[in-house]
Amino acid sequence: MPISGMVALAIGALYFLVPVFATIKFSVEQGHAGFGLQAYRQIFDDPQFRHTLWFSVQLALETTVVTMALMVPTVYWVHLRLPKIRAAVEAVTILPFVVPPIVLVVGLFDFFKSFSPDWLLQDFVFSPKFLVCAYVVLSLPFVYRALDAGIRAVDIQTLTEAAESLGASRSRTLFRVILPNLREAVLAACLLTFVIVLGEFTIASIALYQTFPVYITTIGSAQAYPAAALTVISVGLTFVAAAIFLVLGRIGLRKRRTALAAGMTSVAPAAVAKLGEA
Amino acid sequence: MGPEGTGAVTLSSIVAERVDTVAAPGPLPRARRRAPLAWLGAAPFFVYASLFLLLPAGDVLLGAFRSEQGDWTTANVRQLFHAEYLHAFENSIRISIYSAVVGGLVGALICYAALHPGAPRWVRTVFTAFAAVASQFGGVPLAFFFISSIGTLGVVTQFLKDWMGIDIYAHGVTVFGFWGVFLAYVYFQIPLMLLVLAPAVDGLRAEWREASESLGADALTYWRSVGIPVLAPSFLGAMVLLFGNAFAAQATAYALTSGGYNIVPLEITNVLNGNVVSDPHFGQALALGMIVVIAIAVLIYLPLQRRAARWMT
Amino acid sequence: MPHLELQDLRKQFGTHTALGGVSVSLAEGEFLSLLGPSGCGKTTALRIIAGFLQPDSGRIVIAGEDVTSRAPNRRDIGMVFQAYSLFPNMTAAQNVAFGLKVRKWPSAKRDARVGELLEIVGLSHAVDRYPHQLSGGMQQRVALARALAIEPRVLLLDEPLSALDALVRVQLREEIRRVQTQLGITTVYVTHDQEEALSVSDRVAVMYGGGIEQLGSPAEIYGAPATRFVAEFIGTMNRLESRVAESEGGAVDINGAIVQVDAVRGRPAGQDVLLLLRPESITLETLNGKPPAPGGLAGEVTAQSFLGAITRLKIAAENGSELIANVPSTGAQAFNVAQRVVVRFPSDSARVLDV
Repeated sequence: MPISGMVALAIGALYFLVPVFATIKFSVEQGHAGFGLQAYRQIFDDPQFRHTLWFSVQLALETTVVTMALMVPTVYWVHLRLPKIRAAVEAVTILPFVVPPIVLVVGLFDFFKSFSPDWLLQDFVFSPKFLVCAYVVLSLPFVYRALDAGIRAVDIQTLTEAAESLGASRSRTLFRVILPNLREAVLAACLLTFVIVLGEFTIASIALYQTFPVYITTIGSAQAYPAAALTVISVGLTFVAAAIFLVLGRIGLRKRRTALAAGMTSVAPAAVAKLGEA
Repeated sequence: MGPEGTGAVTLSSIVAERVDTVAAPGPLPRARRRAPLAWLGAAPFFVYASLFLLLPAGDVLLGAFRSEQGDWTTANVRQLFHAEYLHAFENSIRISIYSAVVGGLVGALICYAALHPGAPRWVRTVFTAFAAVASQFGGVPLAFFFISSIGTLGVVTQFLKDWMGIDIYAHGVTVFGFWGVFLAYVYFQIPLMLLVLAPAVDGLRAEWREASESLGADALTYWRSVGIPVLAPSFLGAMVLLFGNAFAAQATAYALTSGGYNIVPLEITNVLNGNVVSDPHFGQALALGMIVVIAIAVLIYLPLQRRAARWMT
Repeated sequence: MPHLELQDLRKQFGTHTALGGVSVSLAEGEFLSLLGPSGCGKTTALRIIAGFLQPDSGRIVIAGEDVTSRAPNRRDIGMVFQAYSLFPNMTAAQNVAFGLKVRKWPSAKRDARVGELLEIVGLSHAVDRYPHQLSGGMQQRVALARALAIEPRVLLLDEPLSALDALVRVQLREEIRRVQTQLGITTVYVTHDQEEALSVSDRVAVMYGGGIEQLGSPAEIYGAPATRFVAEFIGTMNRLESRVAESEGGAVDINGAIVQVDAVRGRPAGQDVLLLLRPESITLETLNGKPPAPGGLAGEVTAQSFLGAITRLKIAAENGSELIANVPSTGAQAFNVAQRVVVRFPSDSARVLDV
């Protein structure tokens, strides 16, 4: 690599790493008392830390489940049966770029408040379930992207036809043949959703929910050192999440090949049975 | 973990892929049997999107033209043009352009350095993985990165003061205003640029450089005649995405300035939080303004990306 | 004086020997093909000539000048890549003009040369088209014109036809040869397709494992393979393990069957040799009850493959050998499966290799 390239990378590295170390240093400072983990202890002892983190994790899990339940069948179906609809679906997934969270939250609340009957307001709009629904919208673009790429890499049409010609039902095909191959894409989509929800501040704060990022911001405006500690913790959690994904993805690689083979062999007995009937 | 950056990567890759599929026709379509029923399969998605995205968006667009009493009015939209709010749009656009340009240029250089044909594999993996995580960054964590670095007691502030005799705060540079927001935005703009430009840099065929060399050209000539012209549409398109991304960002600026910095997302926040006395529909007018600006950016972006995709296949 | 010389080129990649001492000399205007399977080192050798790779040792000499340490853009070489090498942001004409612009040719002279070259490759009508508007074959023609426009001393082609359809490949290889002959440019052509190499080259270097197995004219490579690898790689070849039966007159013992082979004259009796025989050298006689005249191999047809002009037959001989024979398709009905036949071949048509 030429010198100019290395210099560019070095400067880039500096720009990105100095703040990290600066924050770590801040988080272990105790004013003039030297260094210590006081700030971290304070955070870990704070019940709000656990409550809000758990709340955010729950939201993240719920969002992930809803998004997957909505998008996996949709993407599969669109690829298999409705290729013409793809343009419309993609256009919809581009919309969240034009309607960013700060705008979305305005529209969501106003729309639902104006048009919902009371029971819906009480049980739904003013409950965390509503927040999950908003988060599903936020993660739509990424999830669609990951699943679409995954499905594209696996020739869905051919696999489905092969499975059906061997006698498999539609659901068996989906679960035993298609899904194992989408495992990496599904994992990526889940991780992205998780990370997005765990870090989402705008909508949560305006909707007045005490999520983890809202908690961080509250601490941040009041106490500097604990906030720095929280920053380190939060960044650390992100990297842990990313690392988990990388590991899962790599395990998935080996398992995926055997899963496909297994999926196909589970389909074959059905074919034999069918022949027996004939 | 992060609140900013989601839509941009998606937008660029979806458009690129669409042009790909147009250029390379897939397998023959199956016979259309039971076509109307097949639409039901896509219904849940469209119902959901309508309820939680399209209709709320429409509500914003329409609500901007309504008054508290319920009748149609342009008062809210006209208020957008008052000095204070015009400034908010100006500031938003200015910081979006600055962070897009700086983040874009630096990001492009780093992207090429890490991903050019012939770069070692590990460099590529490390940078892409880091960029994927860093592009999502925002809010308080990002704010604190910079408070720790260039805040009043920040590491860099102290370094400059003690070792170089420069007091940046005396020169009006503060982390709680333009500079803090700008540097923080650049922090996620650079990785975003790397991610969005990566496919284009990957599309730079090694054969072009080699052919150019075998024909007698030096590096400068290659870049001037081939490299830059080919990358230009993707690069410009990516910058537009970066612009939109910065324009829509809220969490980071909020964390740094507690809502005090005069940009559009924070003005909306103030209206919604009740910090500002005004017609609630004014928040929708502000949102309408945001949608208009971003929509213009997307309209500039689409033809650029199409041109870029044509050369990449 | 040879126009292009490769002198003892060596290149290691870690523990893998890409080139283990390759030397070749080309006369001016000669067309040499480097032929071999993937990994044999032919592309490595080509890239070293071009300057994109530095050899660990050895030299490249062009017209007496040692260019080994010169940068690729100062070797005055024209190169055609396998695919995708046209600059996408330029028209065909602009692509061809690129090298001339670099050399600061005045625009009138440049345009004339571009027109001339595009005419030579038959693309005068596509002057203003962009690469994405051209078919694969047309793109490679533009690439050829571009490489030739600068009047290079040497032309290098790296599997230029691999990415194209079969029919286009045959047409284009003949055109490349025609243009090359017309302009008299020393050319090195890398390919893994033996038919391609044999049909257009003055000489062929068959490569394997980083070395040259045999260097010779196409006829020599085909008719007189020097090593087992070349025999197996080029065309179809019957390989029969046998023993010298008679040293003076020249005969071998193939598992009991005695056959005349001139090539073993002078070899000690009892020596193990590998007999090489092309399928087209074999003549077949049908055996219908009468005992065969001596000197041939009796056997039975086990398989028949129609290949167009010829039909390929597999024969299981009584002595245990398996042979492949080509017969013209018009007479092939005499040799259906299970037909008993006698295999004969002229005594001077078989080659012999040491085992």
